[in-house]
Amino acid sequence: MVKLTIDGRAITAEEGTTVLYAARDNNIYIPSLCENEAVAPYGACRLCLVEITTASGRKRLVTSCIYRVEEGLTVLTNTERIQKIRKVLLELLLARCPESDVIRDMAKKAGVTKTRFNKRTGNNSCILCANCARTCEEVVGVAAISLARRGVDRELTTPFNEDFTDACIGCGSCAYSCPTGAITVVDKNGTRTINWPHNRMEFAMKQCSVCGQYWAPEKQVEYIARTSGTPLEDYDICPDCR
Amino acid sequence: MAPEELKEKVNQALQKHQHDKSLLVDILQDIQAEIGYLPKEVLEETGKGLGVPLSRVYSVATFFKAFSLTPRGRHLINVCMGTACHVRGADKVLEQIEEELGIKRGETTADLKFTLETVNCVGACALGPIVVIGEDYNGEMTPEAVGSVLKNYN
Amino acid sequence: MAKLMSFSELEALRKSIVDKRDPDKAVITVCNGTGCHAHGCKAVTEAFQDEIKKQNLSAKVDVRASGCHGFCERGPLVVIKPRDIFYQRVRVKDVPEILSETIGKGATINRLLYTDRKTSEKVTFEYDVPFYKHQKRLVFGNNGSIDPSSIEDYLAVGGYSALAKALRMTPEQIIAEVRKSGLRGRGGGGFPTANKWESTRNAEGDTRYIICNADEGDPGAYMDRSLVEGNPHSVIEGMIIGAFAIGGHDGYIYIRNEYPLAVRHVRTAIEQAGAYGLLGKNILGSGFDFNIRINRGGGAFVCGESTALMASLEGRVGEPRAKYVHTSEQGLWNKPTNLNNVETWANVPLIINNGADWFSKIGTAGSKGTKIFSLVGNISNTGLVEVPMGITLREIIFDIGGGIPKGRNFKAVQTGGPSGGVIPESLLDLPVDFDELSKVGSMMGSGGMIVMDDKSCMVDFAKFYITFLEGESCGKCLPCREGLQQMREILTAITEGRGKMSDLKLLEELSDTLRDAALCALGSSAPNPVMSSLKYFRDEYVAHIKDRKCPAGVCKLEAAKVK
Repeated sequence: MVKLTIDGRAITAEEGTTVLYAARDNNIYIPSLCENEAVAPYGACRLCLVEITTASGRKRLVTSCIYRVEEGLTVLTNTERIQKIRKVLLELLLARCPESDVIRDMAKKAGVTKTRFNKRTGNNSCILCANCARTCEEVVGVAAISLARRGVDRELTTPFNEDFTDACIGCGSCAYSCPTGAITVVDKNGTRTINWPHNRMEFAMKQCSVCGQYWAPEKQVEYIARTSGTPLEDYDICPDCR
Repeated sequence: MAPEELKEKVNQALQKHQHDKSLLVDILQDIQAEIGYLPKEVLEETGKGLGVPLSRVYSVATFFKAFSLTPRGRHLINVCMGTACHVRGADKVLEQIEEELGIKRGETTADLKFTLETVNCVGACALGPIVVIGEDYNGEMTPEAVGSVLKNYN
Repeated sequence: MAKLMSFSELEALRKSIVDKRDPDKAVITVCNGTGCHAHGCKAVTEAFQDEIKKQNLSAKVDVRASGCHGFCERGPLVVIKPRDIFYQRVRVKDVPEILSETIGKGATINRLLYTDRKTSEKVTFEYDVPFYKHQKRLVFGNNGSIDPSSIEDYLAVGGYSALAKALRMTPEQIIAEVRKSGLRGRGGGGFPTANKWESTRNAEGDTRYIICNADEGDPGAYMDRSLVEGNPHSVIEGMIIGAFAIGGHDGYIYIRNEYPLAVRHVRTAIEQAGAYGLLGKNILGSGFDFNIRINRGGGAFVCGESTALMASLEGRVGEPRAKYVHTSEQGLWNKPTNLNNVETWANVPLIINNGADWFSKIGTAGSKGTKIFSLVGNISNTGLVEVPMGITLREIIFDIGGGIPKGRNFKAVQTGGPSGGVIPESLLDLPVDFDELSKVGSMMGSGGMIVMDDKSCMVDFAKFYITFLEGESCGKCLPCREGLQQMREILTAITEGRGKMSDLKLLEELSDTLRDAALCALGSSAPNPVMSSLKYFRDEYVAHIKDRKCPAGVCKLEAAKVK
């Protein structure tokens, strides 16, 4: 166990825990957007920045989602410097995605109600946190979508920006992991549509031979059968009816 | 180029680099040197041959400025936009070339003769502004000289 | 070619090469660096070769296509050794005359000699040319004497003797020597090299990687190009010594693909070194194995950042990552990795051969040795200069650089590339070293030195750098990706006459945010050109905003709006 202080409070945490999780475990709020416990920390949104002083006296600003707890570490999560940074970061986010309610709420919480920066269109609530792509690669394992191009031209997209990607199994994990709701899954009349910020794809859904409900995309079922080595017929009946 | 020929080029590059996933950038560079650009089939074949997801090959191919996913002209024009060339008026040279060829940076002329790109420093700063066309380094370029230099290329 | 299996075999080979060469025989060295290629040196070199053959002069004179000499403004450069007669702006039509007059009769050709700007007198010898006189060419020392594609040339000037010496020391002794020398990284970070080597050596694990960063992305900086192109073996030798000290067996040279000639030369050099047993298994019979592989960049400035470079080496996009755990512990493939710049590696053989004491006598207390700068922009003598640390900016710009051409005045000099800042006239007597320049808001950086005259606009210059960085941002982190674009739009508005005074505050806030919150040094140092130009030339910004005027006459501003 490691002893440290966060905002003046004495905390103990297991070695290897990140400062962010140690804080959360003790009900100390540090904002974040690109952090997701299912995938490795990425450090892209910078909202979780904290001021630390190490036991040897070294001061720096670090992203708490990546920095691991250390013996004798002093962490400050809401100094004037941090507040200033967060405000500008949120203003930049408001400018990037003016349509996003999630950003607007987060900004309001930090006392930011407007942005002085030039507003963008067409980002469709995507903040390029890459939770979706990283989940698809690290958790699902198919790596169907990714970040293309770089800098301000960067986009979360399917290969070649097409409304189709062979690798995608239609599981919807990307939508689940998205912090701003930029990816949606719509199931209707036996078809699933996944809407990514700049593309979409449709999937025929498998129908349960017992209750008649459309319960999962056929591609996903085929994938599960293939990777688990079980017969496809096993999946003719939906989980509820089994 | 026919699909079989493209596959052959990809396989050659993969073999040369022993199907080493970490050499993805080098492999794509070699293939582009052969074909002139990276068509979709090439990226798909490369991914399959290396065991790398297509999304990653696509990310890498679009991240690095050296790669083009659209056909390039016979002559690649690289206008140096480094600081030293900038200070000597590279902007105006670029503007003149854009006007002469009727295309903007990143584009290719309709007859596939020229592709116009910019590059950030080729390291020949004494001769700025520099315009590299293919392997020719044209130094001390002025907007006035653009026309005659371009005429040298068929 | 049989592999050299011992130090004595290496010395025997060296002796046999030197013995075959007549030190008094004339050698016409033609600079064949990329800059001189653009000047047409290839034709000049071939003309010499053809004429010598035609006139049957090969017993009397040799031609050598050498590495970059550095005085790029005056190319094509021809230096006739051993007398060191210096000819500049040599054309193909001058070749027969040089052979008949200078080689044949020992007479110099006046029109080809350099004219001293101050005295208007002709200068005959290379070492008297003011551009070279004030330099201390140690790392660049052999560029002009060797053909970079000839390992024999490198051996003839003592190449690989440092390696032989180092292999007979212990790794600890080598690191101690490098520490004593005071060598600091030449890539911009200025980190004590010995410390980095030691951390990597002591890190947990059995595999250690050795990397040479030859990505040289700073626009206007081409020191590394000239080293890799002009003396690739010096870099390789440094890497082998470092690898031996650190305990790494796999080396990488990550080189910018915009340097095709350098790529070719270093590839040839690696093949040659391998053939001679200076690379590969059991180097010189020492039992030490080391291999070097070349990886080309793909046109991404961010890949000059060490973690982005390593990501690219792993076949991924060049995205940096947090460095809370140093790359010396977890770098390439998460293994201990030592990354150094080209110039840093090239200093190592000199330190081993001449000793740390010799090296530490050069430079200042905190910055030992020499530094190579690319002196470019609005300057008379554009080229590469190698000077001892501690020389002043004024000396570099005026004594070596020859001052500002076209009768204009000096305005500012920018050092450190996109991570550095501008330095005005009032600070020109600052000594150049790692710490002095940082104190005034700039940094020495990798060595780019852009001189600007009074017809340069500082706001335009800030816009140039932010535009460059915006295009090179990897896009991973929010402040850099969005912040640079917003900054570029603000600066563009100012240069187009649409700026407001509140824009300056916005620029300052964005700068603070980038500095504190960006993931890597590209973002965190991006504000430097803007903030330093705002600090020393605020009046120019104000003139653009309030008067809608560009004092330097560069920006096309809309006419002042009637209120």
